[in-house]
Amino acid sequence: MLLAAILPLGLFLFPLWKISLEAPQYPTPLGMYIHINDFSDANPHDIKNINLMNHYVGMKYIPEAIPEFKIFPAGILITTVIGLIIGFKGNYKWFLYWFILMILLSAAGMYDFYLWEHDYGHNLDPKAILKFTNADGTQMGFQPPMFGSKDILNFRAHSYPRLGALFLALGIGASFIAYLVGKKNNKKAIASL
Amino acid sequence: MKKIIKSSLAVLSVLVAFTSCNNSEKTASKSGALSNNIAEKVYVAPGEHDSHYAFISGGYSGNLTVYGLPSGRMFKEIPVFSQFPTSGYGYSEETKPMLNTSHGFIPWGDSHHPDISQTNGEIDGRFIFINENNTPRIAKIDLKTFETTEIIEVPNSAGNHSSSFVTENTEYVVAGTRFSVPVPQRDMPIKDYKGNFQGALSFISVAPETGNMDIKFQILMPGFNYDLSHPGRGKSHGWFFFTTYNTEEASTLLEVNASQNDKDFIAAVNWKKIEEYVNNGGGTMMPAEYAHNVYDEHTHTATSTMKKEVRVVNPIDVPGAVFFLPTPKSPHGCDVDPSGEYIVGNGKLSANLTVHSFTKMLDAIENKKFDGDAYGIPILKFEDVLAGSVEQPGLGPLHTEFDGQGNAYTTFFISSEVVKWKLGTWEVLDRKPTYYSVGHLTIPGGNSGKPQGKYMFAMNKITKDRYLPTGPEMEHSAQLYDISGDKMELLLDFPTHGEPHYAAAMEANLIKERSQKIYNLEENKHPYAAFTDADTKVVRKGNEVHIYMTTIRSHFSPDNIEGVKVGDKVFFHVTNLEQDFDVPHGFAVLGQNTSELLIMPGQTKTSIWEPTKVGVWPFYCTDFCSALHQEMQGYIRVSPANANTPLKWSMGEDIE
Repeated sequence: MLLAAILPLGLFLFPLWKISLEAPQYPTPLGMYIHINDFSDANPHDIKNINLMNHYVGMKYIPEAIPEFKIFPAGILITTVIGLIIGFKGNYKWFLYWFILMILLSAAGMYDFYLWEHDYGHNLDPKAILKFTNADGTQMGFQPPMFGSKDILNFRAHSYPRLGALFLALGIGASFIAYLVGKKNNKKAIASL
Repeated sequence: MKKIIKSSLAVLSVLVAFTSCNNSEKTASKSGALSNNIAEKVYVAPGEHDSHYAFISGGYSGNLTVYGLPSGRMFKEIPVFSQFPTSGYGYSEETKPMLNTSHGFIPWGDSHHPDISQTNGEIDGRFIFINENNTPRIAKIDLKTFETTEIIEVPNSAGNHSSSFVTENTEYVVAGTRFSVPVPQRDMPIKDYKGNFQGALSFISVAPETGNMDIKFQILMPGFNYDLSHPGRGKSHGWFFFTTYNTEEASTLLEVNASQNDKDFIAAVNWKKIEEYVNNGGGTMMPAEYAHNVYDEHTHTATSTMKKEVRVVNPIDVPGAVFFLPTPKSPHGCDVDPSGEYIVGNGKLSANLTVHSFTKMLDAIENKKFDGDAYGIPILKFEDVLAGSVEQPGLGPLHTEFDGQGNAYTTFFISSEVVKWKLGTWEVLDRKPTYYSVGHLTIPGGNSGKPQGKYMFAMNKITKDRYLPTGPEMEHSAQLYDISGDKMELLLDFPTHGEPHYAAAMEANLIKERSQKIYNLEENKHPYAAFTDADTKVVRKGNEVHIYMTTIRSHFSPDNIEGVKVGDKVFFHVTNLEQDFDVPHGFAVLGQNTSELLIMPGQTKTSIWEPTKVGVWPFYCTDFCSALHQEMQGYIRVSPANANTPLKWSMGEDIE
């Protein structure tokens, strides 16, 4: 369980997610890493160049910072501390509660990410240089995929979790295993009584 | 009839090409021209890269061109000694100082012999040097940016031809003079040439880290014509060899009067000895005037400094430093084999090719086997230094290169061919025609201890019917040969720009990896740079108007400017804010008397515009930068000289 609580700290070392954009005139794709507390270039100046591309269709510049960069790290630190306390003090049932907490928080984080992506892809400048509509006449959005790959005009966008997300997932998984092991040991302990 | 044979041969070769696809294993083992798929050897599939860079001098274009081998495709023309309106080189305020000389601004040059920097006798691909023949100068091009970053004028020199060859650790880039002149220059009768003119051999030091050039010393030699040169290497490192002609010291009708002596000389210079002499305070500082122009890649600006003196050395003051090796008939090329043992004197009017031995030369010097002297410089005996000669290989030998496998390749201008021969046995192994009248030839890694065999190309002086006709004036032609086998194999014809003299070539890897993509905006130290659209401004200083302008897809900032008057000198300082590979922006304004600017990402360039007419004049981006390129434009209003229009500028809104 202690391991489970510590693993999500990997988010501070490795990026959580990566969005990359491929097009013929970008033999080296443009890419952006999403960290728990920052956006960063995959290659130098990529975010600047993504912004330059996107201003043609009226998308906003990717902000330097978003409130989540403060909330998420705090959330991870708090849950780690809770996890550690549980690891030292709590019994296996608390492992399950921590597991559920983490699943809920991660889901909330993903939903928040989705909302931001949706806003980024749909809340377009009305004076956009290029305006595209879908077949049904509605305004075309340029939301990058949450997970997977998608064609957006001349680009093919990829969005996949990175090492940081893996650490988080391993941590969450480990807490569930800790719960199972704890439960089993508990049963044995009861049986041996 | 000839045509029929030709076309049936062509059909046959096509058929062979087709069938060879099916049983390539079989044909590969066969020999003969028809079974070899020559086209495949020069075919570089779309999107793939050539294996070698070739830097081919642009001759009287004053520039250096960059080609790929084996495809023969030209990638870039690097402006060096000539104004280049394509990029604004020599027109922009930042680059005008590059073409400054002691004779003032010179818009043109005659570039000759590129040579790549070396470390331990191997080419390292850091810099490439090239000489200007007419107004003697040496330029350095940085192979990170493929831009000219330094030009130094060579005083006391005229016809800077036996240049710009580097020593095996790039200690020096050497510049010899083809036309001897009075030193120092003075008003005197031309007929008094003999005994009064001198030829300067300049040793320009290259700083190991920065590559900065400085004339360390000049050797003031007798008034011969110093035609070409090459450094010793390996065992002969520390020596430099120069061919001479016109040892007759004629000043008129040289075609006859400079062809009378049976033998001219190769001058062997022990530069290490002279360097030591100079380091101990030897030589004299002589008043001189020469420009030293340096381009700073952070300010994106060149500065020109006029130097006032140069150290000169009289060769007879340094005993044992300079010797003459008799060499038949006005030798042209002076080429040293990769081991440093053999010095080939390509006697252009001789039937034979003379090869001297470095070991024998040292021996003759040690035993003082001299055959008189010329102006105090000892002359060695021809027989004592001769390693051997290639008998009757062709007519008009000019230049020799080596493959590193013990073979040499010599061009013959008159018989229009390249002849392959063996070092040591002096036997002719193969000969192939060139089209037509070849001058220099290049093997990648040419002037080094480690030539990179495989390819050789011949640069011809005469084109005639090789390509679709383009009127009386046409580009020169070059031929690429595969030299990996016993026999040379002609692979490709390709046109070259200007008159290519020499070319330097090397495997692509080293240079390719280091090639810069953009200039970092954060490192831009240009005094007139603007770093955001909001930074832009227009400042008047008397009749000078400085516009701090930015470009980014797809607008100028500012793009509306008012308050300029007839008679003003308007400086457009344009900074390209892009930081993406291959997104330059151009700048042109109607009535621009200079040239356009082509500004690379992160760079600042300045164009002066002196409006002569009242009106509202457009400016625009000349490089199709983006989907909205056509929208990338602006207006500048020019009011009468006595008007009171206030100085104002805007972008995205009307000027109020």
